[in-house]
Amino acid sequence: MTDNNEIEGSQEPKATGGTDGGEGRAPKRVIGTPPPAGERQLIASDEGPPADRPGVEFDERSARKAERVVATFFLLAFLGSLAFIVYFIGFSGRDGGMHGIHRARESNYALGSAMTVAFLGIAMGVTVWVRRVMTTQPLVQQRSELATPPEEKQGFTDSFLQGAEETGLTKRPLLRRTLLLAVAPLGLAPLLLLRDLGPLPEKRLRHTFWGEAAKAAQRSGKKGVRLLVDGTETPLKASDFNSPGGIITVIPEGVEKTHEPLNEIAKAAVLLINIPADKFKPVKGRENWHINGIVAYSKICTHVGCPAALYEQTTHHILCPCHQSTFDATNGAKVLFGPAARPLPQLPISVDDEGYLVATADFPEPIGPSFWERG
Amino acid sequence: MKRFTAWRRRPWAGYAVVLVALATTGVVYAGFSPKADTAEASNSAAAAQDMANGKQLFNQNCSSCHGLNAQGTKDEKGRQIAPSLIGVGAASVDFQVSTGRMPAMNPGAQMPRKKPVEVFRNPKNVADVAAYVQSLGGGPTIPAPEQVDPEKGDVALGGKLFRTNCAQCHNFAGSGGALTGGKYAPPLDESTPTQIYEAMLTGPYAMPLFNDTTLTPEAKRAIIAYVVQTREEPNPGGNGLGRIGPVAEGIAGWTVGMGLLVLAAMWITARKPKKQHD
Repeated sequence: MTDNNEIEGSQEPKATGGTDGGEGRAPKRVIGTPPPAGERQLIASDEGPPADRPGVEFDERSARKAERVVATFFLLAFLGSLAFIVYFIGFSGRDGGMHGIHRARESNYALGSAMTVAFLGIAMGVTVWVRRVMTTQPLVQQRSELATPPEEKQGFTDSFLQGAEETGLTKRPLLRRTLLLAVAPLGLAPLLLLRDLGPLPEKRLRHTFWGEAAKAAQRSGKKGVRLLVDGTETPLKASDFNSPGGIITVIPEGVEKTHEPLNEIAKAAVLLINIPADKFKPVKGRENWHINGIVAYSKICTHVGCPAALYEQTTHHILCPCHQSTFDATNGAKVLFGPAARPLPQLPISVDDEGYLVATADFPEPIGPSFWERG
Repeated sequence: MKRFTAWRRRPWAGYAVVLVALATTGVVYAGFSPKADTAEASNSAAAAQDMANGKQLFNQNCSSCHGLNAQGTKDEKGRQIAPSLIGVGAASVDFQVSTGRMPAMNPGAQMPRKKPVEVFRNPKNVADVAAYVQSLGGGPTIPAPEQVDPEKGDVALGGKLFRTNCAQCHNFAGSGGALTGGKYAPPLDESTPTQIYEAMLTGPYAMPLFNDTTLTPEAKRAIIAYVVQTREEPNPGGNGLGRIGPVAEGIAGWTVGMGLLVLAAMWITARKPKKQHD
């Protein structure tokens, strides 16, 4: 490109060169393009024409002062690099090399600070040098025509065709066609990568592990699947979870043994809340889904799936930390405020023969945010 | 006798004596401690004095809102001004008073942590008023020091429990967070292990509670261990910005960094002096 520019530049009439040129140039300007090079300085253009430019007159005395400032910065940079070397050899490298991860922070701080001082000192010094010691003068650089001249275009076409001729690409169609055949699949391959955006979730978003675990438990004659405290993995008795105002995060028993436990827990996480029985208003048709105010809601917000678990025991509101959706725990987790469209799904719970809390079925609806096929 | 003297002069003899003395003390103490009632009975005069002190402190500092009988008070419309303290237990009193939240200056949406009032800077007075309220109707008691020792907690388990049950309000590093209507979950950086235990046990204000049968004392100790260890961790790279998360830290870093870069660019390209003789 540079070569080309020089060639182009040399083709320009010499009359337009010089600082205050532009008279000899024909004003051939297309609307919307910048003015021709002669009218505008491309370098130091923000300083305007030298004559009317305001600015500080160069002053030898202040330049000398600046010189000392620059020298100080350079000296500082020198000390910084020296400190880096001294620390690296003397301290960081003692005992035959690195001295372990516990000293890494200290060593990073020291080496990083020394290097900062070195580089920053040089940069500041150079900047002050340029700003206070160097003087400026207007420079004019000619801009060439952007379009390639016709003879050069013709030359390229000729040499391209000549090359094609010499390789035999035009003469030997077999080579040409097999090459195209070889290249075509490579071009199509990226389309196949789209396949990895799948597989489609199918029905997996509609059910959680609670459903299959509850069914499995009921097949073996139990009332339902036990609720385990997430973390300690212990089952919970209704009589133990007996303090009004209490909450705890629970997961279904056996979820750790599933194929993808983290995925299953991400869907099945439940917030168990003990609401004072006199405050609790069960939703119609769900009168036996709670035990004396102990109620279980999905922890996954129905807006975009954040863990909605900020429970205020004074107001009985469940908040979602992401977008402030607020649900009324006393009333089927109805939405009180915020962008969530649906209540948090409620898990039907009961108590088994030994007094442990169990879930008798899956959530009645898909948990979490809306998705395309949800309907 | 000679043999004993020689034994006595061995270097480890001193340690052995101390060990034996400690063991004896422990055994004797263990033998007496189940009979705490009798011990207290013999000490009843002092206990009665403590109780009188607790009652007096209650009447002076608490009864104006909570009532002379700790029954709570209501305004003329029947709305609660201060709750009944019967059955809240010593743990609740110790939490509220030792964190300076009670006595409250003015009842509002949020009781901030503050320096306890003069009289309650003496732990004895806090203990006495807690014992007095405990005597009114029972309730959760103050945990033993051993129950809240962070050294004995399982930090990994505590982290898991904290993230599933506490982090939603208090932030994963215990930095606190906003709630509704002017309420907020306070940061945990000043809470003592005992106060953390009491808060979990009693559920102060909007905080839900975690009784000992839901989160066992061992689980609570694990959570305390996690909170204490997390807040003692150093912040690599300088100020942790309250550890409110990578987004906030990123924005701060971006704004400050970009601002500095813009200033540097402005400085570098600012006007230069022009040549003296053009």
